[in-house]
Parts: sequence; structure tokens; C-alpha cells
Amino acid sequence: MVPLSWYLIVAAALFCLGLYGVLARRNSVAILMGIELMLNAVNLNLVAFWRYLEPARMSGQVFAVMVFAVAAAEAAVGLALIISLYRLKRTVVADEADLLRG
Amino acid sequence: MTIAQVIFVVISAVVLVSAVLVVVSRNIVHAALWLILSLFGVAALFAVLEAGFMAVVQVVIYVGAIATLIIFAIMLTRREMREPGQQTHRWWPLPALLAMALFAGLAWLLGSLPGTGAAPPALAGEDPVLLLGQALLSPEQYMLPFEVASVLLLAALVGAIVIAGDSR
Amino acid sequence: MPLEPLLWLIPLPPLVAFFVILLFTRSHRRLSHTLAIGLLAVSWLLAMIVFAGAVRTGGLAEHPIQSSIPWFPTGSTVFSIGTLIDPLGAVTLFFVAWTLLAIFVYSVGYHNFGQPRGEHDTPGLPPHGARSMDASGHGHSVPSVEPLYSRFFAFISLFAFGMLLLVVSDNLLSLFVGWEIMGLCSYLLIGFWYGKDSAKRAAVKAFLTTRVGDVFMLLGMATLYAQTGTLSYRTLFSHEVLARLVETPSYIPGLSMAALAGLLLFMGTVGKSAQWPLHVWLPDAMEGPTPVSALIHAATMVSAGVYLIVRCFPLLTAGLVHGSSFTLSLIAFIGAFSAMFAATIALAQNDIKRVLAYSTISQLGYMVAAVGIGAYVAAAFHLLTHAFFKALLFLGSGSVIHGVEHGVFHTGDHQVDAQDMFNMGGLRRRMPITFATFLIGGLALSGFPLITAGFWSKDEILADAFGHGHLVVFITLALSALLTAFYTARQITLTFLGEPRSEAARHAHESVWTMTAPLVLLSVFAIAAGWVGIPEHFPGLGGVVPNWFHEFVGSTLGEAPEAVAFSAVPLLTSIGVALTGLGLGWLVYRRVPAGAPDPLARALGPVHTLLKNKYYFDELYDVILVRPLRWFGETFVYQWMDRGLIDGILHGIGRLAGALGSFFRRAIDLPIINGFGDLVGESTKRAGRSLRVLQTGRVQQYLLIGLVNVVVVGALLFYLSALRP
Repeated sequence: MVPLSWYLIVAAALFCLGLYGVLARRNSVAILMGIELMLNAVNLNLVAFWRYLEPARMSGQVFAVMVFAVAAAEAAVGLALIISLYRLKRTVVADEADLLRG
Repeated sequence: MTIAQVIFVVISAVVLVSAVLVVVSRNIVHAALWLILSLFGVAALFAVLEAGFMAVVQVVIYVGAIATLIIFAIMLTRREMREPGQQTHRWWPLPALLAMALFAGLAWLLGSLPGTGAAPPALAGEDPVLLLGQALLSPEQYMLPFEVASVLLLAALVGAIVIAGDSR
Repeated sequence: MPLEPLLWLIPLPPLVAFFVILLFTRSHRRLSHTLAIGLLAVSWLLAMIVFAGAVRTGGLAEHPIQSSIPWFPTGSTVFSIGTLIDPLGAVTLFFVAWTLLAIFVYSVGYHNFGQPRGEHDTPGLPPHGARSMDASGHGHSVPSVEPLYSRFFAFISLFAFGMLLLVVSDNLLSLFVGWEIMGLCSYLLIGFWYGKDSAKRAAVKAFLTTRVGDVFMLLGMATLYAQTGTLSYRTLFSHEVLARLVETPSYIPGLSMAALAGLLLFMGTVGKSAQWPLHVWLPDAMEGPTPVSALIHAATMVSAGVYLIVRCFPLLTAGLVHGSSFTLSLIAFIGAFSAMFAATIALAQNDIKRVLAYSTISQLGYMVAAVGIGAYVAAAFHLLTHAFFKALLFLGSGSVIHGVEHGVFHTGDHQVDAQDMFNMGGLRRRMPITFATFLIGGLALSGFPLITAGFWSKDEILADAFGHGHLVVFITLALSALLTAFYTARQITLTFLGEPRSEAARHAHESVWTMTAPLVLLSVFAIAAGWVGIPEHFPGLGGVVPNWFHEFVGSTLGEAPEAVAFSAVPLLTSIGVALTGLGLGWLVYRRVPAGAPDPLARALGPVHTLLKNKYYFDELYDVILVRPLRWFGETFVYQWMDRGLIDGILHGIGRLAGALGSFFRRAIDLPIINGFGDLVGESTKRAGRSLRVLQTGRVQQYLLIGLVNVVVVGALLFYLSALRP
């Protein structure tokens, strides 16, 4: 029997890895990949909670479905942005998109 | 350690190790491929959690669409086959420290959370997919968020086309 | 018909004339003088109607013709102003109206109406002739018309208003208003020929000297008002009010309020009637045209001073226990002294008008002394007769001067002074009417017995002085009468008798009818006016004609004072001094040839020089008053105080303000306020520059910072919540 906390810890670890990826990588697409890891961690959390706490109610899974939808949308738009930025500045290094620099 | 636990540990290890490799690979294509593996692993975990629909959807959406999209994006945004320069910032220790601190905190917190040591309750007899379908499409439950999600996807679709479209 | 409304109307026509002439008809000579004389004639008519009515009214003193209106509110009471004609007012009104009319008509001829304009005449200087061609083409100078002709009539109209106002008023305040208007006109008219420096100075001198008197008079009026709350004659001179004034002690120990007020009012008379020591302005006032001298300095203005003290006689004699008080004694002294003093100076004057000026001072002294000894009826009587004969004499002298000027124009010798009697002589043949009337006037002045008005009035004063035991006054006045007769005879002899002493006199010429007709009119009065006051006990004539004047005017103050018992001493004295003086004067001067010095100068020697220089009073006043005041004004007040101190203070304040301003600018405004403003700006910029480091534009850094924040705050919250019990 796997305790709930193991799932949660794995999700937490995944989340933190995704966070590291978002903060530490230079390539914008790599940042996006980190974001996907984080979203996955969230989903894992949600499904684990659903299973362990209230499997009769579908709200856990529905929530996870919503997260999927949002993740998809966000990935699409984000990659569109990256491509557009690449066209403009011929680079995908996030640091070089500093037009808002003060 | 029971069989379930061992399976869990193995799958978790796959997930986590590939995630680590995603964020440390110097080659971004490798990173994408490791991401795909990680996503698969998460799908497996969903399956273990008896959320079959979720597992399938994970594979279809994340691996089939999003990861593919990421690879497309990588391909469209390469000037050379070789990656020039560093893949991480100079100050990467700080995010690492931060992530580890966060993990430590979360782990300790989650570990001491009451009610997380018990066994999962038994599932109801009904088919979870049927129930999910009903939940998503019945007006008393979650039809509205479902529709709104569709609109969101439409918006994202249009938006992506507009943003990434050629200015001609 | 009711006379009260007429009283209000009497002063007004000349005032209208003044305004209309000044505003509209200044360039039309005929229109101006017609207006002036016409409107004055209206006043004259009203005055005669009122006089006739007043004379017919029985018991005028108890029920005078009067009316009054409330004028301005003064706290809880109201100050009323009004008119009043009682017996004294009625006779004053009579002689004022006649003399004003005569003088107005005379002025037409005096200012050469109808003559051509002189080519070199400038306004402000006396006219000096125009060239005219007669029928044969012979050009010679003739007198030219006065350039400021209309203005003269405007001013004398204003003057007439002032005098009439004074006569008809029923309270001291409107009397003072009329008094001051006359003072103003006196200034304007003495300085009529303002181009002459001597005239300007004389005008200022007249104004300032009478001002000294007027200030004291105003103080007297203020005292009365403060003590009694009224200035109206009927109230002020009632028994209760006077009794209260007598009992109240004044600020000066030994004098009651009544005495103090009377003294102060008398000072006004001293100024206005040119008594010693404020006599110095009157001789200089001869700078004005002769009608002015007649009007102001003979008939009316100086008479106003005497009118005042006769009017205030109840005040002066209030509370009298033994027939004399300090005030009355002072009045008698000043009157008698002035009479004597002026008569001596008149002896040594050569200018025909100056003699008359000093004569006026002397005669006014008679009247003032009469009031001082309590003989107010005699004073009023002499006032009446003096107005007529002195105006006659002045107008006559004007005629003489004009006549001699004719001669001057004829001969062309403009160096001759037409006013110097030693340039005249023999004018009786050349100017008969003037001679006859002047002679009548001169005899009246000297007090020639029986047929002249002056005799009756002067005799009454002497009789009162002797009869009531004021022997010093009696002797002084008698001696003055002697001197008066002497200098009058001197004047007449030098001017009219003997042989002409200069070419100009030889060619003198009688004056026009507008000048001689008033002379004739006034001479009638100079003879007849005395016959209304023949005392009852006079030998022979007494009782034939009732002493109307004594009864009528005497009733003004209640009971007519008892007529003084007849005594031969004053009568013989007055006849004696008159005849002696006249005779001596004629004898000494009848054969003075041209160019010869004054015989009196040889006789009196250095005394004559003293008299001729008027006892050096003008010089004395100059040293002790005029020069110190000028120094005070010019140096002390103007230079030291005004420019030095006051302007200095102002400049100092200006500089201080400037210095303060610069200080504030340098020390506070620039460093602190500007500095603060700059500081705010600069520090914001610096802070911005420092904080700009955070704005890298890199999303990951923003995320990092956000995350650090979240972790820190979360940990903090967690531990804080853990700490709380």
C-alpha cells in the first residue's frame, strides 16, 4: 500500500525540478519545458488526492482535465510567442529579450 | 515493501531522473526527449492511481501534442545544430538552492500531514470514465467549466495563430 | 407780511451772483456787474423791508424776527441754525446793505468800465492805460479797464454773502462761517492784483494775522459749546445759562468760564478789527483796490469784530458785581490804546489810503473801548456812523487817486505816485464833488459839532466814559480825537487845498458818475445818521428829536441802559478837540510847497521817524515771529524732520526690506526651499538609478526575486504563527 504522502512528495520533487528549470535555463523552450513539468506535478497531486480522499466525487479528475486544457493552451500560446520573438530577435535566449529593461 | 510500493518507486525514479535530465541537459533536443520520457512516467503513475482516462489523456495531450509542439518549436528556432553557449545562467546555484529549500519544506510539511498514511478507500463499482463523462457534461456538475475550457482553447488557438503568424 | 422767510433770503442773491459770474459770465463785463449789482439790490430791498418791519415792531427785543431749523444731530441733541433780527441786527443790516450797494456801484467806475483794453495790461496787475486816438489824431494814454473785471464782482458778491450771513445769523457758528468767508474774500481781494509781490504778501499777512484771532475765537466758541451745549444767542445769553457760566471756574484761576469765553471771543475781534497787537495787517491791506478797502476795512468786515463783542455783551458783563471785570478792563485798555497808538502813526503817513487805514484802527479802538466801559449802545452808534463816513472817505480817496492818475496819463509821467498826498494839492478846483463829499466825511471823522454824524456818536462815547468815571479812557480817547482831527485836516489840506504840487495834480479830472453818485449818497448818511441818536439832555436840541437809537438798540438787552446824566465836560471837550485839531492841521499844512518836507517832521524830529515807521512793529514781529517760524518750517520741519527723519525712516525701511529680502533669498529660499525641491528630485533620481538595476528586463530574474520573496515571507509567517501560543 502506497501512502498518499509518497505521491505528494514525488509531485513536490517534480514541481521543484520544474521550478529549477524555469529559473535556471537560458533557452526559452527549456523554460517552457520546466513549466510543463510543474503542471504535471500539479496534475499528479490532484489525481492522488482524488484517489485517496474522495474517489466517489469526480471533481478531482475534472479539475485535472481543466489543468490539461489550460496547459495545452498555455503551451500553444507560449511557443507561438517564442517563435514570434525568434523571428524578431533571432534568438531564443530569454536574457536577450530585455526590451523592458529600465 | 509491497509490490505496489516497488512499482511506485521504480516509476517515480524514472519520472524524477528524466526530469532531472530535462533540466540539466546541455542539448535541448535531448532535454525534449527526456521530457517525453518523464511525461510517460507520469502517465504510468496515473494508471497506478486507477485514473485510466487520465493516463491516456496524458499521453495523447502531453506527449502527443505538447511535447511534439515543443520539438517543433526547437526545430524552428535553431540557427545551428550546435547549441552555442551555456544552457544555464551564471547564477544557477541560487535557483537550485531555492528549489531544494522549497522541496525540503514541502516534503517535511507533506510528510507530517495527518491522514496521508492510510490506505486508499475502495473505488465505487461504477466505471470511472462513465462517471467522469457524466461529471463533465451534466449541467448540475461541471458542464460550464467544460464549455469555458473549450472557449479558452479556442482563444489560445486564435491567439497562437495571430502571434506566430507571418505579418504579411 | 411775515418777515421770517425774507431773512433767509437776504444773504443768498449775492451768493448766486458769485457762482454765476465765476462759472458763466467771466468774459462779459457788463453782464457780470449787472448781475452783481442787480442781485445785491435784491438783497438790499429785502434788507430794507425787514428793517422797516423791524422798526415798526414794538418790543422787538423780546420778540425778534427769527426762525431756525435743525441742522445736524449731535448725539442726543440737534444743532439748530437760523436767523434772527433784533434791534442791533436791524441797524447793522441797514448800514451794511446801504454801504454794500454804494460800493458795488462805485466799483463799476473805479475799474474803468467802458474804457478800452490796455495793450500791455496783464491779468493780476493793475491796469496801466491804453493808447487812444482822439478826434484830432492826437494819441495819448487813457485809463484802461481792469482785466479781471468780472472776477472782482464775483469776489465782492461772495463777500457780501458772508457779511449778510453774519448779520442775520442767530448763532455763533453761522456767524463764524460768515466771518471766515469774509476772511477768505479779504485774502482774495487784497491779493486781487496778484502780480504784485507786495499785494501777495499783504494778502497772506492779513489772512494769517486774522487767523491768530480766529483761532482764539474758535476756542472761545468751543468753550461755550462744551459748557452749555448751544451756540444760539437766545439760549446762550439767557440769564440761567449766563449765571451757570459765571459760577463755573475755568482753567485759568481767577477767571470764570464766562470771563474766559468772553476773552477768547474778544481775541477774534482783536484780529478782525485790527486792534493792537494784531493791527499790522490793515495798513498793508491797502494794496487792494480802493473799493476793497472801503468795503472790507471800513464799512463791513472790521465792523464785524465790533458787532461780535456788542452781540456778546451779555456774556462779557455776566455776573458783574462792581461794574468791571478783568475781561472788560482788558477790552477797554486795548481799545483805548489802539485808538491812541494808531492816531499817532496816522500823523506821519503820506499815502492817502494809509492815513485812512490807521484812522480806521483808531476809530475801531473807540468802539472797542466803548464796549469795555459798558457803553454798548454808544459803540453800536459809532459803528453805524463810522461805516458811512469811513466808506465815504475811502471811496473819496479812490476818486482822488483816479483823478490824479488821469493827470499822470495826461502828462505821461508814470513815475509820480498817485497816492502820495505830497504830490496832490489844489484838487478842490479840479474835482469839486469829490472835494465836497470828502470834506463832509472828514468833518464827520473829526467829530465836527452838530452837523456831522461822527460828532454825535463820538460825543456819546466820551460822555459815557466821563459819566461812568473811566477817566483814563476818557482822557485817552479825547487826545486821540484831537489827533484824529489834526491828521484829517492835514489830509484834506494837503490833498484839496492850496496849489497843485505836481503836474499830474494840475491835470486831474473829476470821476465818472458811477463813482461820484455813491459819494453823494454816503455823505447824506454821514450827515444825517447822527440825528437819530441825539441824547435827551442835550442843551437845546435834546428832546426835540427823541433819542430813537438809544431806545431802539438799547432795548436789545432788555432794559435800555439809563442814559448818562448830562455833563458839560465831555461835550465841551469833544467840541474843543475837534475844532482845535482841525484848525491846527489846516494852519500847519496850508502852505506846503512842492518838494518840501513834512513840517511835522521838522517839529517832531526823531519821533516823526518812529511814527512814520509805525513804531517798527512790523520789524519786531518779523524778528520774533516770522523769521523763527520760517526757520522752523523750512529748516526744522522740512529739512530735518520731513526729509531727514520721515523720508529717512522710509528709505531705511525700504533698504531694510531690500536687505531682508536678499537675506531671505540667499539664506532660506535658495538653499532650503530650492535645495529641498532639488533634493527631492535628485534623491528620487538617485533612488531610481539605484533601483534600475533590478529592471533587467529578464523574466527569469523577476521570477526569481518573486520566489525568494514568497519563500522568505512564507517561512516568516510559518514561524510567526508557530511562535504564537
